[in-house]
Parts: sequence; structure tokens; C-alpha cells
Amino acid sequence: MARTQKPKDGLKIELRGVSKAFGSKQVLNGVDLTVPVGKSLVVIGGSGTGKSVMLKCILGILTPDSGQIFIDGEETTRASGRERERLMQKFGMLFQGSALFDSLPVWENVAFGLIQGRGMKRSEARDIALDTLAQVGLSADVARLTPAELSGGMQKRVGLARAIASHPEIIFFDEPTTGLDPIMADVINELIVERVRELGATTISITHDMASARKIADVVAMIYKGKIIWEGPVSEIDRSGNAYVEQFINGRAEGPIQMDVLKP
Amino acid sequence: MTGAAGGMQLNLLAVIGRFALGFLAETGRLTRFTARAVLACVQPPFFFRNLLQQAMVIGYYSLPVVGLTAVFTGAVLALQIYIGGSRFNAESIVPTIVVLGITRELGPVLAGLMVAGRVSSAIAAELGTMRVTEQIDALTTLSTNPFKYLIAPRLIAAVVMLPLLVLVADVIGVMGGFLVSTETLGFGAGSYLTNTLDFMEADDVTSGLWKAAVFGFIIALMGCYHGYFSKGGAQGVGSATTHAVVSSAILILAANYLLTSLIFS
Ligand SMILES: Nc1ncnc2c1ncn2[C@@H]1O[C@H](COP(=O)(O)OP(=O)(O)OP(=O)(O)O)[C@@H](O)[C@H]1O
Ligand SMILES: [Mg+2]
Repeated sequence: MARTQKPKDGLKIELRGVSKAFGSKQVLNGVDLTVPVGKSLVVIGGSGTGKSVMLKCILGILTPDSGQIFIDGEETTRASGRERERLMQKFGMLFQGSALFDSLPVWENVAFGLIQGRGMKRSEARDIALDTLAQVGLSADVARLTPAELSGGMQKRVGLARAIASHPEIIFFDEPTTGLDPIMADVINELIVERVRELGATTISITHDMASARKIADVVAMIYKGKIIWEGPVSEIDRSGNAYVEQFINGRAEGPIQMDVLKP
Repeated sequence: MTGAAGGMQLNLLAVIGRFALGFLAETGRLTRFTARAVLACVQPPFFFRNLLQQAMVIGYYSLPVVGLTAVFTGAVLALQIYIGGSRFNAESIVPTIVVLGITRELGPVLAGLMVAGRVSSAIAAELGTMRVTEQIDALTTLSTNPFKYLIAPRLIAAVVMLPLLVLVADVIGVMGGFLVSTETLGFGAGSYLTNTLDFMEADDVTSGLWKAAVFGFIIALMGCYHGYFSKGGAQGVGSATTHAVVSSAILILAANYLLTSLIFS
């Protein structure tokens, strides 16, 4: 009966028993997760445990096999067409591989959501794009280039600028600091914190970078074998009492999580 | 013995069954895709900037290929018809048959096949790359429908540009026949042109243009379909490209036969 009950107030995102398999491979196996309005959730977990798949299920890029997803208390698990388009107005997404449009110059990538999604005038959207690019440390010269002419870290920052340019209510960052130098990584961390604190955005970030996680998280959740196995405030992460979390945050090869690697 | 034979039979049935199921699933997916694509062409918002860009890529940049194909086809047609005609003293038939062959058949079909090779593959490669690099997913997260932003402009541009290309091919093809006939076969320029126009009917040209519009639809649809559903990195994009060209070429030839036998004969 829990399935039909209304989501609690103050929750921006709620996942109930979300499962997703590809063929015979069960990737998500009943994920339960909630993110309160204006909070920053960081999801940690090993490579290939389904973190990106989880974000894509919430965005509707993938459809879960079972379970429910609520955004602002409204069930959106199978929303499509116009409804999905309207829903997407609330979202910004930084893809793990940046996913920049390689046929468009950098500034138009950043302005895309404003021009196409919101019907803003090109010149106006361009100013906002240049401004957003400056916030991620990219100059107006870079704005004229095409994505193929950028380094991997620069592409990541353009992807980040595209995700935040339209001031969405909900922002997903899939490994925002991977491939950046430590100083730029910290700049990006601060940018994310500022988005949450000052603009009241709700965010889910995926990261393997524990320094980054400590900086941007209000709440940390760890995913393992398709389930959330631990969730708690970032302040408790060092005394979680969970062997999996301890092994992960300390980066030890020995522990309950075994990597499928061939030892010589 | 009977057991082994029975096993073989079952195996064969299973293979046929799998094949049939796969075929039905594919047909269903293509039908749904086509319906969504056509719907996207008639429902706002429209992306005029993309439409213009695709019209350039599909139409304007195909001109050299289509022009060269047409001029050589017209020329060789004149040579062959001259050989055939001279066997019963009917060389004067050359201009009439050249214009008929070009406008009714060879113009639309050859232009269609050449553009299929050029454009269908390019569309499949572009959309396929966008799919595997998650750019199509990124479009939806930016509240933009990929059917309206990517597919509708390509479909409309191809349906509009192919007839224009074929019109150009008709003129250039007739010119090719004209040049060979007047330069090497001893026809007079004036009488060749009068003969060309006298026996030509408007229907010869318009039937070819209708065919061209259908071919344009096939070319863009196959490119978009195989690109949109491609998966598995560079190799997947490669095979999407091949499938797009092969399937659009075969569909063009099949549609050409059907249209000719059902409507334009
Ligand atoms: N479209 C797909 N088709 C088939 N399998 C997929 C697809 N997308 C993801 N998977 C599989 O799902 C599993 C989880 O993938 P996912 O990308 O979510 O991992 P992740 O947790 O984000 O890992 P990483 O930290 O390395 O990015 C992987 O084993 C992957 O092979
Ligand atoms: Mg991932």
C-alpha cells in the first residue's frame, strides 16, 4: 500500500523501488531515495553500479522497469511528449561525457536551453551564455570555438555552464570535477555550492572525488549492487559504521567490496 | 534418425520464427518512428534555421553530383538509342526517347540513388554520433524534442529539394543528349530541340517530380531512422550508415516500380 501514498511535503525528488535491467543484467534493484527541496545530494559508489542510469531514469531518458519517480510530488515515471518537455524546464543536466552539440559553437551550446527551450532572443541568450561561461572560467574567445576544439576539462566546464545557464530548479552533475585540475575542481565545487545556497536549486551530484563530495554535499548516499545501502548527512560520513562506505571513502582495495580483477 | 531430423526441423522452425518476430518488431518500430516523424513535420514549433541549413546540405551541395550523373546519362542514352534506332532507320527518334527516359525514369531514379549515397549516409552518421555521444539525450534535457529539432527539418528539406534537383537533372540530362547528338551524331541543333519539345508531355516531367518527392522522403527517413536507433560506438554508427544507404536504395527502386505501375503508366 506504500506505493499509492502521496509523497511527503518538502521533497523535490523521490524514488520508490526503482529497478532497471538491461537484458539479463540487473543494474538498479529497488532504489529508494529522497532529496528535500534546496538540498544537495551526493551519490557515491563504484564504477558501473548504475549511478548514471539512475539519473537517466529520473530524467526520463531511460524508463524504469518498475518503481515510481516523483518530482515535486507529481508522479513522472512514464511522462512523455509535452508533459516531459514541460518537466524538463525544471532540470539542468551535466552529462558524464559532456554531450556537447558538436555542430554548434560553444556559446550556442550554453544558450541552447534559453533559445530553444524558452524562446529567448539569440542576442539576449548570448549575453547570458558569455556570463555563465565566465563563471566556469572560460573567456569570450572560447565561446566562438566549436566543442571539438576544446580540451576535455574545458568541455566539461562548457557542459556545466549549459546545465546551469537557464537557472533550473533541479541540477544533476554527473562527475563534475573529473578531468579538471585540483584548483579548477575547487572552483567548480564552489560554483555548485553557490547554486544550491544562493539560488535554492536542488542538486544530485555523482562523484568519485571525496574532497568534492565533502564540499558540496548536504547528504551523501552510497549505491551498491543496485540499491542505496547507506544514506546520511555529510558530517556523519566518517562515522557511518558501514563497512562498505568506510572502504569506499578511504579507497582501500581490501574490504567487503570486491573488484572483479585478475590478480597476478 | 527421426529424432535428429525432428531436431533439425525444430531448429529450422525456431530460426524462421525468430526471423519473423525480428522482422515484425522492426516493422512496428519503423512504423511508429515514421508516424512520429511525420507528426513532428506538421506540429509547431518549427526550426526554420535547421530547415534552411538542411536544404543547403541536401539540395545545393548535391547539385554537382546530380548534374554530373545527369549529363553522362543523357549522353550515353543518346548514343545507345542512336544505335538501336539506326537498325530500322529511325535515328530521328533519339531526342524523343532521351527526354522521355530522363524525365520519367533515369532523372529521378539516378538522382535519388546518388543523393541516397550522399545524404542518407551523412544523416545516419550525424544522428548516430549524436546518439552514442548522448547529444540526443542532452536535447531532451534542454526541453527540445529531437523529432522536431533534428528529424523534421531533414525530412522536409529532402522532400522539397529532391524534386528541384530532379528538375535540374532533367534539363542537364537533355543537354547531355543534345551535345552528343549535335556534336557526334550529326543532328541539327534546332530540329533536335523541336523534336525534344514536340513529343514531350507535361506528365512526363511531373510524374518524375512526384517520384522524386517520395524518394526524398525515403532518403531522409532511412538516414534518420538508422541514425536515431544506432548504438555501440563507432562500429554501430558505421553499420547504421551502411544500413541507411542500402535500405534507402532498395526502397527507392521498389517505390519506383510501384509508383510507375500503379500511378504513372
Ligand atoms: N544503454 C545501456 N545499455 C546497456 N547497458 C547499459 C546501458 N547504460 C548502462 N548500462 C550498464 O549499466 C551499468 C551501470 O552503468 P552506469 O553508467 O550507470 O554506471 P556508473 O555507476 O555511472 O559508473 P561510472 O562511475 O563508471 O560512471 C553498467 O554495467 C553498464 O554496462
Ligand atoms: Mg556514470
